[in-house]
Amino acid sequence: MNRYSRFIAAAILLAVAAPASAALNILACEPEWGALAQELGGDKVNVYNATNAFQDPHHIQAKPSLLARARNADMLVCTGSQLEIGWLPVLLQQSGNPKIQPGKPGYFEAARFVRMLEVPTRLDRADGDVHPGGNPHIQTDPRNIALVATGLAKQLAEADPSNAAWYQARYQAFSGRWQLAVTRWEKESAPLKGVPIVVQHKGFPYLENWLGLREVATLEPKPGVEPSSGHLVQVLEQLQRQPAKMILRAAYNDGRPSEWLAERAKISAVALPFTVGGSEQAKDLFSLFDDTVQRLLAAAK
Amino acid sequence: MYKRKIIASGIIMMLGAPLSAVAGESAEMQQIRQEINALKQSYEARIQALELRLQKTEAASSAAESHAAQAEAAASQAAAAPPAPAPADNINAFNPGVSLILSGLYSNHSRDPAGHAITGFHLPPAVMADLQPQRGFSLAESELGIYASVDQLFYGGLNFAIHPDNTVSTEEAFIQTTALNHGLTLKAGRFFSGIGYLNEQHAHVWDFVDAPLAYQAFLGGQMNNDGLQLRWLAPTDTYFELGAEVGRGANYPGTGRDKNGSGASALFAHLGGDVGDSNSWRAGLSLLTTAPQDRQWDDTNLGGAGVTNSFSGNSKLWIADAVWKWAPNGNAYYTNFKLQGEYLRRVEDGSLVYDLNGVAVPGSYAATQSGWYLQGIYQFAPYWRAGLRTERLDPGSVDYGVNDGVLSRPAYRPVRHSLMLDYNPSEFSRIRLQFAQDKATQGATDNQIFLQYQMSLGAHGAHKY
Repeated sequence: MNRYSRFIAAAILLAVAAPASAALNILACEPEWGALAQELGGDKVNVYNATNAFQDPHHIQAKPSLLARARNADMLVCTGSQLEIGWLPVLLQQSGNPKIQPGKPGYFEAARFVRMLEVPTRLDRADGDVHPGGNPHIQTDPRNIALVATGLAKQLAEADPSNAAWYQARYQAFSGRWQLAVTRWEKESAPLKGVPIVVQHKGFPYLENWLGLREVATLEPKPGVEPSSGHLVQVLEQLQRQPAKMILRAAYNDGRPSEWLAERAKISAVALPFTVGGSEQAKDLFSLFDDTVQRLLAAAK
Repeated sequence: MYKRKIIASGIIMMLGAPLSAVAGESAEMQQIRQEINALKQSYEARIQALELRLQKTEAASSAAESHAAQAEAAASQAAAAPPAPAPADNINAFNPGVSLILSGLYSNHSRDPAGHAITGFHLPPAVMADLQPQRGFSLAESELGIYASVDQLFYGGLNFAIHPDNTVSTEEAFIQTTALNHGLTLKAGRFFSGIGYLNEQHAHVWDFVDAPLAYQAFLGGQMNNDGLQLRWLAPTDTYFELGAEVGRGANYPGTGRDKNGSGASALFAHLGGDVGDSNSWRAGLSLLTTAPQDRQWDDTNLGGAGVTNSFSGNSKLWIADAVWKWAPNGNAYYTNFKLQGEYLRRVEDGSLVYDLNGVAVPGSYAATQSGWYLQGIYQFAPYWRAGLRTERLDPGSVDYGVNDGVLSRPAYRPVRHSLMLDYNPSEFSRIRLQFAQDKATQGATDNQIFLQYQMSLGAHGAHKY
């Protein structure tokens, strides 16, 4: 069905629209937003991902290749909530590109479109790497992806008005498929509700919120602080009193702390793709959640 | 939307049937039916959910209406976009980002730093005093930075350096454009010149306690300038940047002059990119031109008597710099390596007046001198980095013209090797231990131990590459 509707929409657009101008250059701060921009933009956009799934988007540098991409970008698609604060400001200041400055249609922050979780009530760096706007890892809940898609489709149309109808049509198609997929994932993951889990980094509140997973411990003593052996022993003791089913980490996290604990607590350590490209299976947004749900189900058995 | 979808799929079913191949038809139809069923199911589920919510709302009707709405918003979680957060409604809401760098240093030198000099490289006494090491505990440079967007066109910032002797200097105070198109950025005010690689970085992001000898000898440590800077970033996928500066040039290697026009100008070009996911690099070439007037330094003539030299003329400093960074898959968090080197070459010519006991003797002056450093920094575990730096200066050729027979021209090559280890418990704190063998002064080897902390408070400063 989708193939047809997309084909028909494209045919109509081709017939009606003026000759297509050069594709919109999009610099996506994280691969999930790159994938979403690609879904909504199709061949009307050129997407470049600033980071890959094996990089912690908080800890990369404003390297020359990114400056060059920022210079040529028509639009930035980022998470926001200070996830990119260590490097994005440099790109904005040095790119000499007014199109992507905050407030312009070419500047898009995904976190503005979702309800933020873990918004700190007190701000103190003694609490570790906390984000004043709330936990920025919003992409682990597919309902957030849907909300961001709505916002991104609108903003794509603002940044590239000549193709507004195209983005709207693709958004409609994507949104329908996404809704179906979310329903399917929710059905498949019903057994995960209430399952107690341990996380390596506080990167999964949105996933937990979506699937009803119950976080009982964190391997990092404070957000962004590497797990210490002393803290791991504490968590192990806690797990003996209060067992959990699995230990979650993102593809870019070092596997050793969770493997260490998993072996001793006799539970499974699960590396979730976390974003597009984080596993062999996670090739796009759909397969990202297919794979995430499958890995969780396999570990919960 | 769903209704429209179902209608659309119905139409497509009608249209699609004749279009599709006969063999694939039944499978396709089946798939469409399945999708319609799934749509129906999701529809029903949603209606049920809505009914449930309606019941809940009715049950809770005794509660205040606003309260119920709040509860529903919470229950539906991510189902609806949040209201935009209200901006802080106070007078400080537009205050700029403030960042404070605190730094302290313990230095142990095997030699008395009193006679410290870089043999063969002539620095004005005031510059030399700034570079003079201090033994024991000291407050290293603290920095206070204040930065914000000015409006839709400009960004601005100020950076104070607070020195251990209770003096404060303005390291940077600039405005820059954010709205010029075509990759252009114009900066005005006082700023670190874009020449070289280290020069533009604040001292607290350097990988060693001190500036390389070549930076000390040719730039007095670090060069800032009052003036204008224009940068242009090329519209290519490979990073290519050109920059030009004009400015007062009051600082070494220039001298303060009261005159119209520019006292120091600079040109620089940068090229950079990635090699795979794991490597990135940048290389640059810069030229700094100044016209010092009566730049004075103390020296000893061949007879062993103290003289004061005064140079006026042209000074051209060339810098070639390169940096290569490696991190597995580009994830620098656990382990990474950085190789960095710069080569500086200065050509000066003009006139030199030397003063011996109040008698001024004029002559010509031409000198070509150079120096380089190479350093590697390896992060071998989260939080821990080790680094090695080696550097050397070449006195090159110095020609005093008619005074060649009077003034000394040592052939000594200053050398220094440094080894550092630092611990970075977070991106905001660093504790560093550094050992160095410093042979900057001829005939005097200074073995140095430094212990330093650098902490960053306040606004999260983004660092340049």
